[in-house]
Amino acid sequence: MSEILLQVQGLGVTYASARGKVKALEGLDARLHRGEFLAVLGPSGCGKSTLLKLVAGLLRPSAGRVTLAGEPINGPRPDVGIVFQQPTLLPWQSTLNNVLLPIRTLRRDLAQGRRRALELLQLVGLETFANHYPGELSGGMQQRVGIARGLVHDPALLLMDEPFAALDAMTREHMMLELQRIWMATCKSIVFITHSIPEAVFLADRIVVLSARPGRTIRELSIDLPRPRTVATMGEPRFNSICNELRSLFTELVHFN
Amino acid sequence: MSEHAKAVFYPIITLIALLALWVVAIRVFKVPNFVVPTPEAVVSSLRRGYIDGLFWKHFLFTLQSTVFGYALGCSLAFLLGCAFAESKTIERLFYPYVVALQSMPKVALAPLIIVWFGFEMTSKVVMVVLVCFFPMFINTVVGLRQTNPALLDLMHAFSASRWEILLRIKIPSAAGHIFAGLQIAVVLGLIGAVVAEFVSSTRGLGYLINAAAVNLETDVMFAALISLSVLGISGSFVIRMLHGRIVFWDKGTATRTEDVAE
Ligand SMILES: Nc1ncnc2c1ncn2[C@@H]1O[C@H](COP(=O)(O)OP(=O)(O)OP(=O)(O)O)[C@@H](O)[C@H]1O
Ligand SMILES: [Mg+2]
Repeated sequence: MSEILLQVQGLGVTYASARGKVKALEGLDARLHRGEFLAVLGPSGCGKSTLLKLVAGLLRPSAGRVTLAGEPINGPRPDVGIVFQQPTLLPWQSTLNNVLLPIRTLRRDLAQGRRRALELLQLVGLETFANHYPGELSGGMQQRVGIARGLVHDPALLLMDEPFAALDAMTREHMMLELQRIWMATCKSIVFITHSIPEAVFLADRIVVLSARPGRTIRELSIDLPRPRTVATMGEPRFNSICNELRSLFTELVHFN
Repeated sequence: MSEHAKAVFYPIITLIALLALWVVAIRVFKVPNFVVPTPEAVVSSLRRGYIDGLFWKHFLFTLQSTVFGYALGCSLAFLLGCAFAESKTIERLFYPYVVALQSMPKVALAPLIIVWFGFEMTSKVVMVVLVCFFPMFINTVVGLRQTNPALLDLMHAFSASRWEILLRIKIPSAAGHIFAGLQIAVVLGLIGAVVAEFVSSTRGLGYLINAAAVNLETDVMFAALISLSVLGISGSFVIRMLHGRIVFWDKGTATRTEDVAE
């Protein structure tokens, strides 16, 4: 496989809150190769969003090292895109302007950005809602706007925090296929956080499974199902046996909890 | 009858009832005119004042000093509020004095302000600036501080500058609070103008009330009070309308504003 883009070693994050200290992550190891699709799977509250914020440069580690292309991360970078767990849209801006936000803050070409934003809105099925405001969209629609925004500046590394969790089964399937298509066409590197075992198995080259809080890596799994994967892939015995394996691992995790 | 018609019609019933009560009470209890004027006297005083033109200069004087003072005080409060919310240093330098000034009843400064700024409009404007400043300032600071941290994370993640974060995120987030401040400042500003006129002036609706009191012209006093109410209500109405238009995304405050209107 190609060079390592993202390297996480012995990562620990402790939040200091009014209730005292909360260890969100402890001794986490992971890596991401350039062009790889990595899924992070873990029980609720184990620190997945925390991990993503760290990689995005929004949070400093309390222990351990995180490097991106060999350099320690010391702040947000323009070649990283992020899709948050909540849609996090600006309610006073139209759908189109929300998608254009990174183009504006990163001072990219606006005309080109607008074309790309409209393409992406079409891709997420919201082309007719370009001039609507977030308050006029459903939760799932808002989440799709967030996905388009994460992709609009064509980042080399894309961080996605349970992006499909709020979508209905049909839309989710469609979005999974589209994400795979975009990834295969653009050779991005993706860190994809999810609760859903089939989603992880369908999309990822590799899956990292985290323990309950404080999160650390307890299992790594390469998925060598052939690409492009299709709806039919989800019916294959290989697919199902991997899912079952992960499911039993998860049942154990929850028991330990 | 539709809800809307009821909303217009019912208050009119109350008004007519109150007017009737007013007239009857004066007749029955034989209240002399220099204590409570009849509605007819008030109406004719209003007509004389505004058609013959004696009231206009007072009305415009109060209107002008309130509008200038309001615009100046609110702008100043907004800018300083932004500086305060953005810089810990500025906050540390001024916080104790802001608190001290805020808890002081500003109208008590009126005589001093007259001494410093004279009997003309300047002193009235300064008074209005002073009373408008604090509600606007506090609301701006509180509003800016309450920005959703997830939106700040979003802006940081996309490398937005501090200036962009203030303009694109914090100020729109604070808009509801800022308009609440503007709303309070309308009423307070009018109070400030009238108080300054009471203390010393040669014009203004406050002056008019004072002058009429000396001659026991209660009909003129009532007419001036009604004029002041019209100013206050119109000002509040304009701000409420702008609030609904500008902060269109904030369903919470939009409904709240309507509740007040009905
Ligand atoms: N700002 C914060 N202050 C204090 N504690 C926090 C903060 N953010 C998260 N935590 C704690 O850190 C732990 C991990 O949180 P995180 O959001 O990373 O979990 P997660 O794996 O993304 O969960 P989910 O799957 O439910 O989204 C949680 O126990 C949470 O209570
Ligand atoms: Mg999360």
